[in-house]
Amino acid sequence: MDWDKFKVHGEPLIYGAMASIVLATIGIIVGLTYFKKWGYLWREWLTTVDHKRIGIMYILAALLMLFRGGVDAMMMKLQTAAPDMKFLDSQHYNEVFTTHGLIMILFMAMPFIIGLMNVIVPLQIGARDVAFPRLNAVSFWLFFFGAMLLNISFVIGGSPDAGWSAYFPLASIEFSPTVGNNYYSLALQISGIGTLLTGVNFIVTILKMRAPGMKLMKMPMFTWSVLITNVIIVFAFPVLTVALALMMFDRLFGSQFFTMANGGMDMLWANLFWVWGHPEVYIVVLPAFGIYSEIIATFSKKNLYGYTSMVFSMLIISLLSFLVWAHHFYTMGQGVMVNSFFSITTMAIAVPTGVKIFNWLFTLRKGRITFTTPMLYTLAFIPIFTIGGVTGVMLAMASADYQYHNTMFLVAHFHYVLIPGAVFAVIAGFHYWFPKVFGFRLNERLGKHAFWWIIISFNVAFFPLFILGLMGMTRRQYTYSADTGFGPLSMLSFVGAVGLMIGFVILVYNIYWSTRYEPRDTDGDPWDARTLEWATKSPIPAYNFAVVPTVKTRDAFWTSKMDKVPLFEDKITKIHMPSNTGKPFILGVIFFVAGFSLVFSLWIPAIISGVGILIVLAAMSFDRDHGFYIPVEEVIATEKKLRGETV
Amino acid sequence: MMKQLFPIRHVMGFLASLVLSVAALAVIYLDLSNTANMAILLVTALIQASLQLFLFMHIGESADTKKELYINIAYALFVGLVTIFGTLFIFVWGWYA
Repeated sequence: MDWDKFKVHGEPLIYGAMASIVLATIGIIVGLTYFKKWGYLWREWLTTVDHKRIGIMYILAALLMLFRGGVDAMMMKLQTAAPDMKFLDSQHYNEVFTTHGLIMILFMAMPFIIGLMNVIVPLQIGARDVAFPRLNAVSFWLFFFGAMLLNISFVIGGSPDAGWSAYFPLASIEFSPTVGNNYYSLALQISGIGTLLTGVNFIVTILKMRAPGMKLMKMPMFTWSVLITNVIIVFAFPVLTVALALMMFDRLFGSQFFTMANGGMDMLWANLFWVWGHPEVYIVVLPAFGIYSEIIATFSKKNLYGYTSMVFSMLIISLLSFLVWAHHFYTMGQGVMVNSFFSITTMAIAVPTGVKIFNWLFTLRKGRITFTTPMLYTLAFIPIFTIGGVTGVMLAMASADYQYHNTMFLVAHFHYVLIPGAVFAVIAGFHYWFPKVFGFRLNERLGKHAFWWIIISFNVAFFPLFILGLMGMTRRQYTYSADTGFGPLSMLSFVGAVGLMIGFVILVYNIYWSTRYEPRDTDGDPWDARTLEWATKSPIPAYNFAVVPTVKTRDAFWTSKMDKVPLFEDKITKIHMPSNTGKPFILGVIFFVAGFSLVFSLWIPAIISGVGILIVLAAMSFDRDHGFYIPVEEVIATEKKLRGETV
Repeated sequence: MMKQLFPIRHVMGFLASLVLSVAALAVIYLDLSNTANMAILLVTALIQASLQLFLFMHIGESADTKKELYINIAYALFVGLVTIFGTLFIFVWGWYA
């Protein structure tokens, strides 16, 4: 066997990364053994099917990936901070910007959002779990091992280096002969299957498992946004699945789908990628809109303005999101007719989005606003996202796009959309729902410090990129000479990036500090909120609600508090729960082995693990496990304990 | 007894979908005109899709979710057709000549 292809040569940075991965792994293993936590880890987390725990694992993984993607960003910013920097070479820089994009979109934003919806959606609709708890565990482990597969590429064999969009012919075996883009096709494929399963799971959960009385138009706005998001997932991800499979065939088995010879068409990759890629943008942005809607209503002490128009604008966005993909490649060579069509559909999306922005502003109007940390992120989102949206309309004009295309202007635009539209949202949601999951709030003072660091530094880091783009600096260039004049603004942008890092460090410190010192919350409703998830106790008992709530209005919990309408009318009965299973985790491990073997064209292990996957799937479908019941006495005892009474 | 244990409809459906897949291969192995090829592909694909929908995905089975199911199918058709005709629009009909 040729061991050379596993090695990544050259840089001290990569050796450092190898050493730190090995040390961290040893540290985790030793720590788990020393504190005798292996059994706990397996029983309580690795085999869990509880939507809350799966959600927490998603969010933990997302925070880890935020750190990884953030380090990538810092390396890029340092490399371009001054002219002719020698920190990274061009190959290493290519790998870093590729993994930065992949990790931030697919392994940070997506899992963070899926994590929040896992924790919150069943609670908001008054359900005890998602429709298919085991499938949910399968989703998580496929995502997790897909993410791990991409992450080891950095030290074993080399990372993908053709950009997060992996355009052909550059990403073909001919021009990218290393295994990097094999990792791309397989890691994304594995985690993409997980995401697709999540989509199916949540559509069924929301359509079939709502509490009695909760009509579709009485659902909380976050649940609505999650429903629409999952519909987009179910219809957009198959396109990625197919495109990635064709890419894998091209790279591993010598097929010619995206080559320039033998009837292949390189541009078809860009086409298929963006048929998925543009809806993907809305997959991360729509739940963010839902999170903001909840937060604005709660902290303005008003019901959401224009509920129906909010729902319909999301529906229209979801349809339009499938009609705009060609705006990502206006300059690829199609005619004026095509570009005009996609230009108009793109600008049309600004209309329903504008409706939502005005609805939020009208909700704020005459509201009793409290400036908590989640609310601050929400309020900062509105103007910053609007800058991103307006520059988006600039880019949407096909003729003008010939100027902006592939420049830093574009990079600034999508960071102005995605950071307020996804990152601020998940941070806001994290602060907002943290007390629900852990039973205490994150410290407000530290939270606000982090907020101001992040907001100001974000603008310092990314606003200069608009100007740099207009000056002609292209994206993905790893260095430049002093006489281009890009130096000062790039340095300013680097300073902003350092500030962002400080902000995130404060945020993480806040989690540590609050865990130790923040007072514990006892009634489960620290924000005086409106929706059902606050009607149960914090931390949430395994069965969510001792009695399934009966819903009569929108903002059901709020009406029950204000008008003294009882939410829980029935008596406590025994509760049916799904039992834990280790199979999803094992399935994830085998998928990881299969992916790794395919990356390196190790056919025999690939075939063995492929058979293994089939065996586990068969075992899962013949599993006759009907779950278990929690007896009434145990439910009553748990409820009393959570209320602080002695049992 | 045997009838309950042996899912005859599903086995027949499975065999039918195998036959349909083989029939579609005629496009490669027989030397037919372009129109005939397209006709074979369209007909086999349509039968294949309805086999899946009615036999394996039980679309007609429960009455209370009918609306959701058909809305979903309509959405899927919308996305599929937009992808196909959009791609043709970009690369064939609207390509810069």
